[in-house]
Amino acid sequence: MADHDAIKTLDYQGLKCPMPIVKTSMEVPKIQVGQVVEVLSTDPGALNDFPAWAKTTGNEIVETRQEGTLIRIFVRRKK
Amino acid sequence: MDVEREISAIKAQLEERPGAKKKLSMIVFSGDLDKQIAALVIATGAAAMGMEVILFYTFWGTSALRDPKKRVRGKDLVSRMFGFMLPKGWNRLKLSQMEMAGAGSAMIKGLMKKKNVASLDELYAAAGAMGVKIFVCEMSMDLMGIRREELVDYPGLESVGVATFLSHAGESSIQLFL
Repeated sequence: MADHDAIKTLDYQGLKCPMPIVKTSMEVPKIQVGQVVEVLSTDPGALNDFPAWAKTTGNEIVETRQEGTLIRIFVRRKK
Repeated sequence: MDVEREISAIKAQLEERPGAKKKLSMIVFSGDLDKQIAALVIATGAAAMGMEVILFYTFWGTSALRDPKKRVRGKDLVSRMFGFMLPKGWNRLKLSQMEMAGAGSAMIKGLMKKKNVASLDELYAAAGAMGVKIFVCEMSMDLMGIRREELVDYPGLESVGVATFLSHAGESSIQLFL
């Protein structure tokens, strides 16, 4: 599936640490458990930070895609 | 026959043991701009990781919480002098290095804007929205003549003593000093 049925896209391009995870952590509780959001980031730190965030908060990174400088991360709310 | 009760008692003990909670307690001692940025990045990051976050402001850190728009009357001479010399709020802080009479902090702020790094205004707003708790050291405020009425309107801000910090720190999995 191309976009993992992401119900919305959170465009955090240009934002630096810690804002991508800060904003994501405020948005994820707004979706239903099991739903997926797509996060757009241009912060290379996001590649490590999102898996760390997901591990600690008990959510799931379904897929991470790099398209040039753009990083697309699909996050599933697990709880 | 009381196995279940014993198990739940053990569980309760485990939950109460020091460092068991996903919680971060940080002493914010420094009133340097760079260290304040670091403190707020860590605090908001920890809150994003689902942690409970406690910040305890003491000494030079307290002046970061002064609201430049608020004025307090009736201070004695020494307090007025301190009030005059201490930075009025987080936007007036200076760098710990390379300050160069104000050029350093101006340059860092310019760079932060250009590179889209969140400002202290944004970081404090995010911290407040995520429930990061700020405690201010009552003794430091008294010492420097800083009054509760001249501090920023931050949700749930309280002035407390060291015991409050220690009781939070004791059950935290991470304790930091900045």
